[in-house]
Amino acid sequence: MQTDVLIIGSGGAGLTSALHAHKNGATVKIITKEYPTRAQTSMAQGGINAVLDTTNDSIESHIKNTLHSAHGIADEKAINFLCSEAPEAVKWLDSLGVCFSRTKNSTIAQRTLGGASAPRACYAQDYTGLKILHTLYDKVVQTDIEILNERYLLEILTHNNSVNGAKVLNIRTGEIESYSAKSIIIATGGYSRIYDKHTTNSTASTGDGIALAFEAGARVSDMEFIQFHPTALKNSSILISESARGAGGYILNSKGERFTDELLPRDEVARAIHKEIAKGEDIFLDIRHLGEKFIDEELPQERKLAKLYENIDPVHQLIPIKPVAHYTMGGIEVDHNSQTKVKGLFAVGECANHKVHGANRLGGNSLLELIVFGKQTGQNSAKYAKNITHQIAIKSSQKRVKLNTTPTIDFYKIREELGEIFYKNVSILREKKILQLTLQKIENFIKDIPNMGITDNSQIYNTNRIEFLEFKNMLLLSRLVLIGAIAREESRGAHFRVDAPEEKESFIKQIIIDKEGVIK
Amino acid sequence: MKVTIQRETPTEFEVKGVENITLLSLLNTIKTTQDSSLTFASGCRSSVCGSCSMRVNEKEVLACSYKVQEGDFIEPLKNMPVIRDLVVNMDSAYEKNKKAKAWLSSIIQNSSLTQEDEKINELQSDCILCASCYSTCPVFSVNEDFLGPFTLTRVWKYVSDKRETDEKNMIDVIQTDGIWSCTLCNECTLVCPQDISSKADIEKLRSKSAMAGYSDPNFNSFGGFGFDGSPVF
Repeated sequence: MQTDVLIIGSGGAGLTSALHAHKNGATVKIITKEYPTRAQTSMAQGGINAVLDTTNDSIESHIKNTLHSAHGIADEKAINFLCSEAPEAVKWLDSLGVCFSRTKNSTIAQRTLGGASAPRACYAQDYTGLKILHTLYDKVVQTDIEILNERYLLEILTHNNSVNGAKVLNIRTGEIESYSAKSIIIATGGYSRIYDKHTTNSTASTGDGIALAFEAGARVSDMEFIQFHPTALKNSSILISESARGAGGYILNSKGERFTDELLPRDEVARAIHKEIAKGEDIFLDIRHLGEKFIDEELPQERKLAKLYENIDPVHQLIPIKPVAHYTMGGIEVDHNSQTKVKGLFAVGECANHKVHGANRLGGNSLLELIVFGKQTGQNSAKYAKNITHQIAIKSSQKRVKLNTTPTIDFYKIREELGEIFYKNVSILREKKILQLTLQKIENFIKDIPNMGITDNSQIYNTNRIEFLEFKNMLLLSRLVLIGAIAREESRGAHFRVDAPEEKESFIKQIIIDKEGVIK
Repeated sequence: MKVTIQRETPTEFEVKGVENITLLSLLNTIKTTQDSSLTFASGCRSSVCGSCSMRVNEKEVLACSYKVQEGDFIEPLKNMPVIRDLVVNMDSAYEKNKKAKAWLSSIIQNSSLTQEDEKINELQSDCILCASCYSTCPVFSVNEDFLGPFTLTRVWKYVSDKRETDEKNMIDVIQTDGIWSCTLCNECTLVCPQDISSKADIEKLRSKSAMAGYSDPNFNSFGGFGFDGSPVF
């Protein structure tokens, strides 16, 4: 049966758009490669930005901070929309039952994150994303929206540049299933896993939806802008939230000296740390002076994670840290209605580029983006579906995914190598020649794909196959990141070129790529 | 490091030169270097996504937060159908949230919650749905329709929420195959990676139910559970 709105991905963006599409009268189906509550959204700790009280803050300040952090290449109209809708978004979440932390005056508590001029991030201890995600999930369960778990997107089906369905792999059975739909929302998250072990992200953040939307004819933009979070645990890349610095944490080098303003935007703090590391310094986050009571009250997860993964207790010891890939600003190019170049294909969340983050995302704006644009995408996709009265039926396709089962190259090794190369060459400091050499390397990996494949031949829950398909998507996206990073011959936000260390006026624009290459 | 993993049959794996690593890290090493068919789920690596719950030496753990030990015996969660190796199908377990109507039924704009109100269900809202509690719960062996620990904790989360105005409806739903089916054995509490006690939440739901006029059906009939938690017939 044909669905009005088919949503691929079930994190905060997918679930929010599902609720709004449903509310607007559409039949909705959600497809996820995991289960909804396992999404990357669960890992967002710091908070969601919204100006709730205009005594000491204003929507104008929120807009100003966001624009400043974006370094001139954001869409001002989109940012105005994001910040103006923010208070409503938080109120909506509150009405659904999100357990936000409260103040003594019984209002929603807010804290200061990097780059913000006021305490603006609403939070639920350091489990903000987790609690938002689970509450959204419960609300979706309340409806008749169908959730299909453990299905992996293989192809977005189109006819005359309009979507008409999706082909997915049922991970449990190994069978290919096709779903007919009037409109499709891609809400599959970012691509930080390109950096393999040098990212805070879930193993699922492999950018599948971006790669497949691109293949289906959508454009991508700002792919070169990848945010490095300054404070990940040194050995495991596990995130220590920015709220640790917001609360007054220090960043120290081996000599115990502070060397940067901890509350600068993430790109600046990450670069400052990178420079110290290059000098041979070890870097630490120090929250000892905040005291045990405060840490247990406000940062309980950070204490637990530091103990578990670094064997240290931040109440008494320094936390060893390094910057790692955390958020991908770029993604599927969308218009002001969240629609891509393919008719009926919408995108929202980290996989989409609404141009509200520009060259560097502000902490607390990503959860916000999910809710604000999730609503808009849900409404628009429902509206679009309503106007489709006739659609070409999708053709039934093959039953199984065919992959090379006698590979001569181990893709797991290449996946690890890709991560190492990207962390070294396409991270905080970049250089033209090295980027070009890296692109060459990636092109070679892509050429080698026919020699890679799977060694597990089972149809049932074959994660070797899923990981290989994810890896192929990541290779495609790595290429796009490099094309963007080479084309942007300047430094801006998270993209810093040592061979062109200044911002250039000629680059106050997006680098947009489609299958033909960079769009002039 | 040698460990045994319950696949179709128990299978021993050895990874040399590792110590003080998480079980998830060990499983990843085995998968990428020894046996690509080893099947398990994982996600965040930081104990919030609930993907990698499994059993080690008969106790539920998150593979990403458990430091693997020499000789460990690793198997999938119980009470849910095994799909392959360490992966179980959680669909029917999660369905119980729907059956129990575990959501906020009233939508109230601009509610005013105090810090104390917020603390009432702060812990319950830390749940990551890893289903460790579901796996360890002994009730399922006699009643597979039991709503189960995480669902009842979720119900308590919403019942106790000051924003919920239709408490009665929620309490009604959990009378059958719900709070009275629990043996209060406390196994769920012992395995919860988030330190939630579903047992305690169920007890709170019982007193709410008593206030709403319900009573323990096990005391009114011949069937039910004995004081030691074992079923009596």
